[in-house]
Amino acid sequence: MTFQTMVGELAYAFINTFLIFAFTLLGALPLGLIVYFCKKSRFLPLRWITEVYISVMRGTPLILQIMVIYYVPSLVFEITFPGNWRFYAVVVAFIVNYAAYFAEIYRGGIESIEIGQYEAAQVLGYGKLQTFVKIILPQMVKRTLPAVTNEVITLVKDTSLASAIGTIEMFTKAKQIAVSPRSPGMMTFLVAGVFYYVFNAIVAFVMKRIEKALNYYQ
Amino acid sequence: MHILDIQNVRKSFGDNEVLKDISLTVDKGEVVSVIGPSGSGKSTFLRCATLLETMDSGTLRYMDEPVATMENGRIVYTKDLKKVRGYFGLVFQNFNLFPHYSVLKNVTDAPIHVQKRPKEEVRAQALELLDAMGLGDKANAYPCQLSGGQKQRVSIVRALAMNPEILFFDEPTSALDPELTGEVLKVIRQLAEQSMTMVIVTHEMAFAHAISDRVIFMDGGVIVEQGTPQELFEGTKKERTRQFLQNYQR
Ligand SMILES: Nc1ncnc2c1ncn2[C@@H]1O[C@H](COP(=O)(O)OP(=O)(O)OP(=O)(O)O)[C@@H](O)[C@H]1O
Ligand SMILES: [Mg+2]
Repeated sequence: MTFQTMVGELAYAFINTFLIFAFTLLGALPLGLIVYFCKKSRFLPLRWITEVYISVMRGTPLILQIMVIYYVPSLVFEITFPGNWRFYAVVVAFIVNYAAYFAEIYRGGIESIEIGQYEAAQVLGYGKLQTFVKIILPQMVKRTLPAVTNEVITLVKDTSLASAIGTIEMFTKAKQIAVSPRSPGMMTFLVAGVFYYVFNAIVAFVMKRIEKALNYYQ
Repeated sequence: MHILDIQNVRKSFGDNEVLKDISLTVDKGEVVSVIGPSGSGKSTFLRCATLLETMDSGTLRYMDEPVATMENGRIVYTKDLKKVRGYFGLVFQNFNLFPHYSVLKNVTDAPIHVQKRPKEEVRAQALELLDAMGLGDKANAYPCQLSGGQKQRVSIVRALAMNPEILFFDEPTSALDPELTGEVLKVIRQLAEQSMTMVIVTHEMAFAHAISDRVIFMDGGVIVEQGTPQELFEGTKKERTRQFLQNYQR
């Protein structure tokens, strides 16, 4: 296998890496907010469930969570999913895991907002939903952006964990290429590393731009 | 008709009884100052009147409409609090402007999205008010770009843009440097001249003396004395009031 073919195959597999990354963010960023609300719910059992969920997500390895979500439905409940379950299982695991982290980040952001903001909104007659959407949420987004950026960058690297169940993405592909006969061998991983690095540089750049855009106020 | 009629307010935080049977009525165009030592319950009283705290017992009416009433010994608040909130405005010590909104949006957002008034009308009124308060060139600035005195004036405009019947101030100048206090007091004085109904908690005795129709001295959760500024500041018969005022004599 030539160097070019190897790079080409990694690039092709990177599409899946990117999809896992994008779907995870699309799912986990909003789900984290829902998790936060569940944790703050007045309904005690829901609060307990959420606490347990968050602590399990944070207290166990992500790779294990991926395997549980992938294997348990078929092994224990004998459910078979149509289509590319390997891929979806990874995305589901990532969304569920990252939502727990985002929920905690949002909590920190929301709780850091001065009580006076709520009081001013209340006196002006804003409803609860209006207050959250118009007053609290935008300030929370700004305050949590650095922490969210950290998670997003970690996510790029975490996508490689999908290889634990053989989901085809760039890292799985790199492993396959590296052990195949007459391949560029270890060089493959080096190139994969460059892909991750460049992608993360782009992510960091985009997040910086967003941070800058929100710098119009302190 | 009274603009504000609040009677027999009691409020405790745990074992700490902060308001012990306080009553106050305010009529149209009146300017009432509330003075008293730290911890006497002035803010708590204002927060009860502006629905930021629920009273333990007492009655509250705005424009003769019942807001809180006693039924079988229990306090009951009306369901339609949104309408009630339209009757009053509150100016905070720390401004509490919305940092992510421009000055103009701070002022116009609630009239447009809470009161559902026409955008253009609200905008025109807001610009006029900002102009009158010497903030004509700040409409597009953000709160972080303003001085403390400017922020407080914006927050006064924000309250005024709701067209309230009565405006409450909780130590509007206490967070300001002395040289910025004057510009805010001047604006409040302007409002008094326009017959705005106001209740002002303040430590600025000379100011209270100058603009109030009535001064209330609170201590330990009760109203110790009330009367005209002359009665209180110049001819008080109460030892407690005299003691308190002495700390402000220079
Ligand atoms: N949310 C609260 N929880 C518990 N105690 C409170 C709360 N708010 C006020 N208090 C207590 O109530 C008492 C009266 O406080 P309040 O803020 O009304 O006084 P104040 O007259 O406004 O004083 P200052 O001049 O310092 O502003 C104080 O003892 C205060 O500690
Ligand atoms: Mg106070």
